[in-house]
Amino acid sequence: MTTLTTALAPGSLPARAEASYAAKRRRKLVVAALVFAALAALPYGIRDVYLQNVLILTLMYAALSQSWNILGGYCGQVSLGHALYFGFGAYATTVLFVTYGVLPWFGMLAGGLLSAVVALGLGYPCFRLAGHYFSIATIVIAEIGLLLVHNWDFVGGAMGIQWPFNPDSWWTLQFARDKIPYVHFAVGFLAVVWFVTWLIEGSRWGYWWRAVKDDAQAAESLGVEVFRSKMAAAAVSAFFTAIGGGFYAAYVSYIDPESVMSFRFSLLFALPAVLGGIGTLWGPLVGAAILIPLTEISRSYLGGSGNGLDLMLYGVLVMVVALARPEGVLSLFRRTRKARNEEATP
Amino acid sequence: MSSPVATDPLLRIDHVTLRFGGLVANADVSLEVPEGQILGLLGPNGAGKSTLFNLISGTYRPSEGRIIFRGQDITGLSAPERCRRGIARTFQVPRSFDSMNVVENVIVGGFARHASAAAARRVALETLDFAGLAHRAEAVAGELTPPEKRRLEVARALATGPRLLLLDEVLTGLTPSEAKAGVELIRKVAATGVTVIMVEHVMEVVMPLVDRAVVLHLGRVLAEGHPTEVVRHEGVITAYLGERHRAA
Repeated sequence: MTTLTTALAPGSLPARAEASYAAKRRRKLVVAALVFAALAALPYGIRDVYLQNVLILTLMYAALSQSWNILGGYCGQVSLGHALYFGFGAYATTVLFVTYGVLPWFGMLAGGLLSAVVALGLGYPCFRLAGHYFSIATIVIAEIGLLLVHNWDFVGGAMGIQWPFNPDSWWTLQFARDKIPYVHFAVGFLAVVWFVTWLIEGSRWGYWWRAVKDDAQAAESLGVEVFRSKMAAAAVSAFFTAIGGGFYAAYVSYIDPESVMSFRFSLLFALPAVLGGIGTLWGPLVGAAILIPLTEISRSYLGGSGNGLDLMLYGVLVMVVALARPEGVLSLFRRTRKARNEEATP
Repeated sequence: MSSPVATDPLLRIDHVTLRFGGLVANADVSLEVPEGQILGLLGPNGAGKSTLFNLISGTYRPSEGRIIFRGQDITGLSAPERCRRGIARTFQVPRSFDSMNVVENVIVGGFARHASAAAARRVALETLDFAGLAHRAEAVAGELTPPEKRRLEVARALATGPRLLLLDEVLTGLTPSEAKAGVELIRKVAATGVTVIMVEHVMEVVMPLVDRAVVLHLGRVLAEGHPTEVVRHEGVITAYLGERHRAA
């Protein structure tokens, strides 16, 4: 195809499209830097500890939902078993710290790597399953993981593990007197996952994953390694989910199987992305900003989480989104921009 | 990679049979496609044309026989590997990636040639220009008109840098003027040295375009040759064209 290898003439249609694309990518980075800086400054304006707690959880679930989004949103493999990796992260961090004195930073990393390896091992059989069968398999595997931890005395069994009391320190991620450092950790975590997603979005993996999601057979015919794509997405997704688990353990200072591995977590990772906009850079944060405060409010005003009212709330929200805006809340903004363009060019 | 002997055909299908349980979709099909040719693959519905495309592009593996591409046996290779070696295809029902816009669709093809995103994007933009879709680069693939969708399929396949392009009914269902524009694009592709095999029903369009025609019937090669010879073939007339063609 000799005609197609010539350089682009400056000012030609393709050359202009290329330049505007690069500018658009850079703009996204600038917007993200501003958003994350604003979020990091937010706790200085909110002195209320209860509200700071809601902020930390919102940011954490935004980051975890973005991690889920890498596999579920970009690659289209809807996992409802990510509580497994969250639990691995929480347990690896806790056991390494409490039993062996390893700093949580390294514990998180170990939990992340362990989860990535497990995701590859589980992906090998599971990615042969299509669509709903894959999702069901992930639920079952996560439940098995929960049962195993329940009966494993070395990691505390059903009793769980309490973190020892430590003075406030960034080394041990323990802050008893002030929650602001936790806000900053959560913002940093969200920023890292966002940035990695941004990088992937512009790379071959990103295009491969979306092609796999839209039409795997067409993707294969264009040179996309479908199985390898799913495996890579699963590993990256599991890695960051476990980092979040480690952070959560350090934040709450006490873990047991139900409090880090129950099915509820798998839902809480998937829902913000679904609500905000699946397979998008900002969908998980937008979704978490709606869902998590609602959850916390319903908990404090309607009583504890035991009665399942929060689950009913999720159900209603998902139904509303599915009926009114199947592409998520973010698509509201996209629609208006498109309408504006159409007005500009009659 | 050993360079194929000059006289070797680009593609050789060697006694290929594919069975689905008791159903024989392709029976002992042998074909040679020399480099630079436009080959028309004809036959009534269910003749095994799309199955043959799936065998060449790697979606199916034959029950028997071999497929040789550029002098190498590719029978056991996966679809993506075949794509990287220079076989690209379109689908009978367009299968665009509907969550992406047009240029992103084509970039997926570009990644078959380049690992770098910038290079894949450049290839995609050039290919869109070549295929006459550059003005729709930012449109969402799901919103394209049917002829534009066909063009996108061709552009996406071309972005992989193929030596052999398989076109599955890209002109079917188009208005005469749209089909004419499609024919021009196929001629333009062939002029760059890409070998083309096309499945098509619209005889009036195919006959002047192709260098050679192969007629499949019930999974077998029924006739093969210059298009003008093939349409006079007795078996072809009864199996496919119908009696009214004899009168004409």
